[in-house]
Amino acid sequence: MQEAMIKRAEELFSNGTVNRVLGWKSGEFAYDHTPAVFTSAEELERDFVCDDFTSANLSKYLVKETKKDGRILAFLKPCDTYSFNQLVKEHRVDREKVYVIGIPGGPKLDIEKIKAKGITGILNVKNENYTLKIETIYGTSEMPFFEAVSGKCASCKSKKHVVYDELIGEDGDVLESDRFAMIEKLENMTAQERYDFWRGELSKCIRCNACRNVCPACTCEKCVFDNPDSGLENKAAADSFEENMFHIIRAFHVAGRCTDCGECSRVCPQNIPLHLLNRKFIKDINSLYGTYQAGENTTDKAPLNDYKLDDCEASVVHERGVE
Amino acid sequence: MQRIGVFVCHCGTNIAATVDVKAVAEALGYEAGVVISQDYQYMCSESGQNLIKDAIKEHSLTSVVVCSCSPRMHENTFRKAAAAAGLNPYLVEIANIREQCSWIHKDIASATEKAVILGRAAIAKVHLNAPLTAGESPVVKRALVIGGGIAGIQTALDIAEAGFDVDIVEKEPTIGGKMAQIDKTFPTLDCAACILTPKMVECAQNERIHIHSYSEITDVKGFVGNFTVTVKKKARFVDETKCTGCGLCMEKCPMKKVPNEFNMGLDNRTAVYIPFAQAVPKVAAIDPNYCLMLKNGKCGVCSKVCSVGAIDYKQTDKYIEEKYGAIVVATGFNPIKIDKYEEFAYSQSPDVVTSLELERLMNAAGPNGGTLLRPSDKKHPHTIVFVQCVGSRCDDGKGKPYCSKICCMYTAKHAMLIREKYPDTEVYVFYIDVRTPGKNFDEFYRRAVEQYGVHYIKGMVGKVTPVSDGSLDVQASDLLANEQLHIKADMVVLAAAIEPDKSARPLATMLTTQMDTNDFFTEAHPKLRPVESATAGIFLSGACQGPKDIPETVAQASAAAAKAIGLLCRNSITCNPCIAHSDELMCNGCSSCEKVCPYGAITYIDKEFRMPDRTTRIRRVASVNPAVCQGCGACTVACPSGAMDLNGFSNSQIMAEVDAICK
Repeated sequence: MQEAMIKRAEELFSNGTVNRVLGWKSGEFAYDHTPAVFTSAEELERDFVCDDFTSANLSKYLVKETKKDGRILAFLKPCDTYSFNQLVKEHRVDREKVYVIGIPGGPKLDIEKIKAKGITGILNVKNENYTLKIETIYGTSEMPFFEAVSGKCASCKSKKHVVYDELIGEDGDVLESDRFAMIEKLENMTAQERYDFWRGELSKCIRCNACRNVCPACTCEKCVFDNPDSGLENKAAADSFEENMFHIIRAFHVAGRCTDCGECSRVCPQNIPLHLLNRKFIKDINSLYGTYQAGENTTDKAPLNDYKLDDCEASVVHERGVE
Repeated sequence: MQRIGVFVCHCGTNIAATVDVKAVAEALGYEAGVVISQDYQYMCSESGQNLIKDAIKEHSLTSVVVCSCSPRMHENTFRKAAAAAGLNPYLVEIANIREQCSWIHKDIASATEKAVILGRAAIAKVHLNAPLTAGESPVVKRALVIGGGIAGIQTALDIAEAGFDVDIVEKEPTIGGKMAQIDKTFPTLDCAACILTPKMVECAQNERIHIHSYSEITDVKGFVGNFTVTVKKKARFVDETKCTGCGLCMEKCPMKKVPNEFNMGLDNRTAVYIPFAQAVPKVAAIDPNYCLMLKNGKCGVCSKVCSVGAIDYKQTDKYIEEKYGAIVVATGFNPIKIDKYEEFAYSQSPDVVTSLELERLMNAAGPNGGTLLRPSDKKHPHTIVFVQCVGSRCDDGKGKPYCSKICCMYTAKHAMLIREKYPDTEVYVFYIDVRTPGKNFDEFYRRAVEQYGVHYIKGMVGKVTPVSDGSLDVQASDLLANEQLHIKADMVVLAAAIEPDKSARPLATMLTTQMDTNDFFTEAHPKLRPVESATAGIFLSGACQGPKDIPETVAQASAAAAKAIGLLCRNSITCNPCIAHSDELMCNGCSSCEKVCPYGAITYIDKEFRMPDRTTRIRRVASVNPAVCQGCGACTVACPSGAMDLNGFSNSQIMAEVDAICK
């Protein structure tokens, strides 16, 4: 796969279709790959990587990249194509300036799940017939592949590319996922249990802003949390409750636009399941206004930005919250 | 530094009985920026206003907070007073300590505390108020009347009389509405058609009135003085400009088994039809559900016999767009479906009819040519039982909670007419109570009882059972005699409750007007603004606002017309200066605001911005057309980055209010 991608990228470089490539390069460790822009075949040969750890969603990087001259090649996994479409729809990414190659998605691995097995000093991880052979400085360990699959891939919603210029590998289908199972569990809690759950999770937050910075829906020219005029930026840090408000405000800001790519939870250093907040919104929107998937195309009117005569009455929405 | 004046109104005892106004004035006097804080018995009175004006001058006030009733009542009064004293009217804020405080609380201590908090919020907001100047927008001198019943007809005639163009949009092929179906009218017993049809003809002849029959409203955009409405002219498969209404097509149409809506389905009509002889416009329509040509492509008789070639099987729905300054809603009512009241055997026996069906049975243009015959065997009925309040004043969820208002009177009318024409017929009326509050109404009812010998029995009918000999066994209780009755009746007439037309709710949504839980349109004020909706430029006429008889409907229709004329007379109206604007530095150009704007006021421009290091960048940013924006604020909440803001209700002002309340 990686070889085919590099080969195709080199072809597109040489025939002048693109002048940059957006992909991943390996970091200090074999498992910490980071998004990177490559400008030459040499760079690609040296650093380009695509394996079980290239989870990062590349779509958001295109907000900045498409402001530059020339066309850029972006390798997008199925889930990333939803984010891409959403950004095109919001006029944040210039579709004309991107050459999209759809590549197969995960399941990708979460290194934390391997480390949680007590495996440390990891040098290399190889997947052999869904058994992970983990090479460490202390020797070789093994564990089943599916026990290390990342949270966002475990509840994958779609293997279908909703946008691409060409594909490497096969296109998949929209999946029946059980991604709302945990939401239902939260909904069935009493208000106090649910409050305790979220206080427990959100109080771990260190306000590193990683979730906001990685979120493809958070591309505001000036984020309200960075804007002294918004009246929010001081409040969100004022006390512990306001601190939690950061996540709730953010969930409201991306409601109806979040494609459920799962990046927020993936990057959270405190392992807060932030995607659950967004998923609750998605589930509610689905049940109140009909099934809607943000980023499925670039033309649909989003339910929260649209008004139809048969929209459910505000009182129906209101009554749902009453216990 | 702000110099704020606070004025606390007693509103007689309306506020002062529950709120310690002196304590409120004192507490608010300590707030930052407040230089004077006073209370007064009636702030809205001349002397109250003078108090504010004098204080503005004497203390050089920069802004004013009035703690009083809802801003809907007196905001304008206080703004004008401030303007008279040389202060920009938009530097006045109202803290509503009546509707939102004194009227809903009993405990003085807590009501006073809340009044202080509401005052603080208004002070926090007024700190951030900016002077605003209102612009003007022109008024389109044309009115739209939705519904062509007696209400719509009267409104349209009055508006046209005043010299303005009016369009009537009617969903049926003819105007006339329910009144055209009625036989006689109470309390004078004159023939409905005789007094209605001249008005219908007047509509047709008035060159200022344009009738869109067989049409519906599909879209409403814009605002008071400048609405843009899309009307769907449903395909009637007959060219309106050619049809002469000769009726030959109806004579020859082979499809003669179509239930006739005009006669409540009691007889049949043809697939191509003119609803009734005096229809306006007198133009045929083809019912696509029954026409053999439209269904199977085989027939075409009407097209062959039409001498003017008006039949057009290929006609499609047409959409026309028109601009209006004012809209009058006159969508009327319908009797409810009574299939939930199975105890009255309505679906089991054709001799159980609703009152509107009885109107048709008694009408000269009805199925029996005006002779009252039982539907089942076309024999003359000798005993008729009327049941009042079928579905009215019902709390059981099957019917309506309200009184339908017209049933007592039309039942008295029916009973009287039957006794007059067929003195050998016994008439029983079962009632909960008889309500006759109208001019000459009680006299009318008493005539039915005393002069015509109608048997009025207080009590409800429990069950109607069809008997094998063709009669109906009516089981009822006489509450005054305290006994159970069995009446062998030939016919039973049910006074079904009335409800707003089903088209009203989607229409209310399009017009952004309010409705009550029964789907009647809500007036702006139940006593003082009964024919205006809360949405400027939308007026209410007739039974769409509540159950009404004909005299009341006509009175309200003319009142709605007067209000519409008052608006159309003006060349321009003062715009609301509280409109949106976008902070271009924060705008992402994401189009969220454009999608939610109901007025189409937002466009996007590519604008060059200076960036660091002497570079520039072209960015797509939102731009609000101030002449079109109505200040609804939808864009400000849709904007993900908070770039959209509303003058007079800015994000920071609202945040300041919330902060002041939560402090």
